[in-house]
Amino acid sequence: MLRDPSAIISRKEKRDNYVLLGLRTPRIARQAQPGQFLMVKVNDQPYPLLRRPFSIHERGKDTVEILFTKAGTGTAILAEKNEGETLDILGPLGKGFTFKKSLKGRTVLLVGGGRGIAPLYFLAQELRVRRIRPIIFYGGRTSADLPILEKFHKQRFDLFVSTDDGSLGFKGLASALLQAELIRGRSRPAHIYACGPEPMMRAVAALADARGIPAQFSLESIMGCGIGACWGCVRRIRKGDQGEWAKICEEGPVFRGSEIVWEEEVS
Amino acid sequence: MSVPKPDLTTDLGFLRLRNPVLVASGTFGYGLEFAPFINLNKLGGIVVKGLYLHPRPGNPPPRLAESASGLINSIGLQGIGVKAFCEKILPQLEKTKTPLIVNVCGETDEEYAAVIDFLNTQEQIAAFELNISCPNVKKDGFCPALDTEATFSLVQLAKRSSRRPVITKLSPNVTDIVEIALAAEEAGSDAISLVNTFLALAVDVETRRPKLANVFGGLSGPAVKPLALRMVYQVAKAVKVPVIGMGGIMTGRDAVEFLIVGASAVEVGTANLVDPDATVRIIGEIEDYCRANKIKKVEEVIGTLQS
Repeated sequence: MLRDPSAIISRKEKRDNYVLLGLRTPRIARQAQPGQFLMVKVNDQPYPLLRRPFSIHERGKDTVEILFTKAGTGTAILAEKNEGETLDILGPLGKGFTFKKSLKGRTVLLVGGGRGIAPLYFLAQELRVRRIRPIIFYGGRTSADLPILEKFHKQRFDLFVSTDDGSLGFKGLASALLQAELIRGRSRPAHIYACGPEPMMRAVAALADARGIPAQFSLESIMGCGIGACWGCVRRIRKGDQGEWAKICEEGPVFRGSEIVWEEEVS
Repeated sequence: MSVPKPDLTTDLGFLRLRNPVLVASGTFGYGLEFAPFINLNKLGGIVVKGLYLHPRPGNPPPRLAESASGLINSIGLQGIGVKAFCEKILPQLEKTKTPLIVNVCGETDEEYAAVIDFLNTQEQIAAFELNISCPNVKKDGFCPALDTEATFSLVQLAKRSSRRPVITKLSPNVTDIVEIALAAEEAGSDAISLVNTFLALAVDVETRRPKLANVFGGLSGPAVKPLALRMVYQVAKAVKVPVIGMGGIMTGRDAVEFLIVGASAVEVGTANLVDPDATVRIIGEIEDYCRANKIKKVEEVIGTLQS
């Protein structure tokens, strides 16, 4: 956990309000693990008051990248930042994805929906380094909602694409595409990692559970502090035979599928 | 360059503090969360998260909503209880020299007394802060601090139970905070701290639902500072015991405002969530203020509002 002023070294705007910001932050980059996040102060003013949490999208030698959408006041301000400006960031925070040594040489599936793809690129890179083979299932609402598709292509990752409207790839949720592929049985994954909208993750959890495939999920929440002090970002997590409100920032944001109590679908 | 270092010590009567900056309960966890970012020994005091006798589940999420320069929370005092606190947390704070103040909670007056009774034997604890003012644990924000009689009887019981000084933390959600402060003082409270959060509501216009699962929450942050200052001023004028002021302090100058209106010390709250090292920065800024204004002792500032 470090607090470092970090210079913006790159800024890319994508369709559908996505922005990629590259930050020079050597100490944080060195410590970062896939699935961990940063708390970013978007300005020096009391409004917006709180830092904003972003998972680490990519890591370079002395750099990290964040991927986000202009969704509210904080992200809109952040999106206007330019190269050369400095951001006050805390990180790396939380517990990221884990990968056992026994996964070496095996295939794992990464399922990302919308901006939930953000931490999975860093994860895919790290898995490769460890000689674990990732296959990526990447879903968006439309073809514009897949801002880093090219990046995966360029790095020659195995990729399955879905869109809700069918404008690119499979028509439907990434979890539905995953289901089709699992039924087809071509890939026998040793592990599944997912991040995205709640219904997608819940569906992935059910698919993984039914096949006895261990799975990990990166959860999202509004956060007060990011360091476990305010207890504002809780989620129902199984502990023993009971559920407990666990802090996403400290015990997560990545949890095992078997730990998470999924919220009932509200119709 | 040879300006002498200003004396930042301040006196609560029962406790002399290294400087007037404490942390507000609920914004600093159990203290250890901040050890990676600051030297805990630099603080005037640490007020740990409110403790009940037993572990407490807290409220369902969402528990946070941001407002203009403010934060609305309904954590509901989720916590580990006194036993785990003594076994798991206190030993880790053993080397910390900063006075440790435990924020005491209870569903009933008896539970407050039981928490105090359990913690009385812990040498590390310098004082208790009675949390009679959390708006998030009872229906519609009810708490003892909304009523003079409930305040008086609870403080009296706590004083009888306690082998440590007792600070009573007041709610701002009352018509006349002075009468509550006087009730706490009359019941023997050794100091008064104020204010807890302001009962508040945030609405999502798309869903037309409250943003918090608990519907109401408590507002803190810079948005409440002028309201808090007014109340601290009123209370400090009315009571003889020391007053600890809080409400939206983000900078050293904010802290000095509370001292000027009569607080002997301050608690920094929401700022800790934004900047884990806010307290240490604020202490430095108070020192800068003293230097710039040729103030040798920060205590010279207390209660000096010209009106």
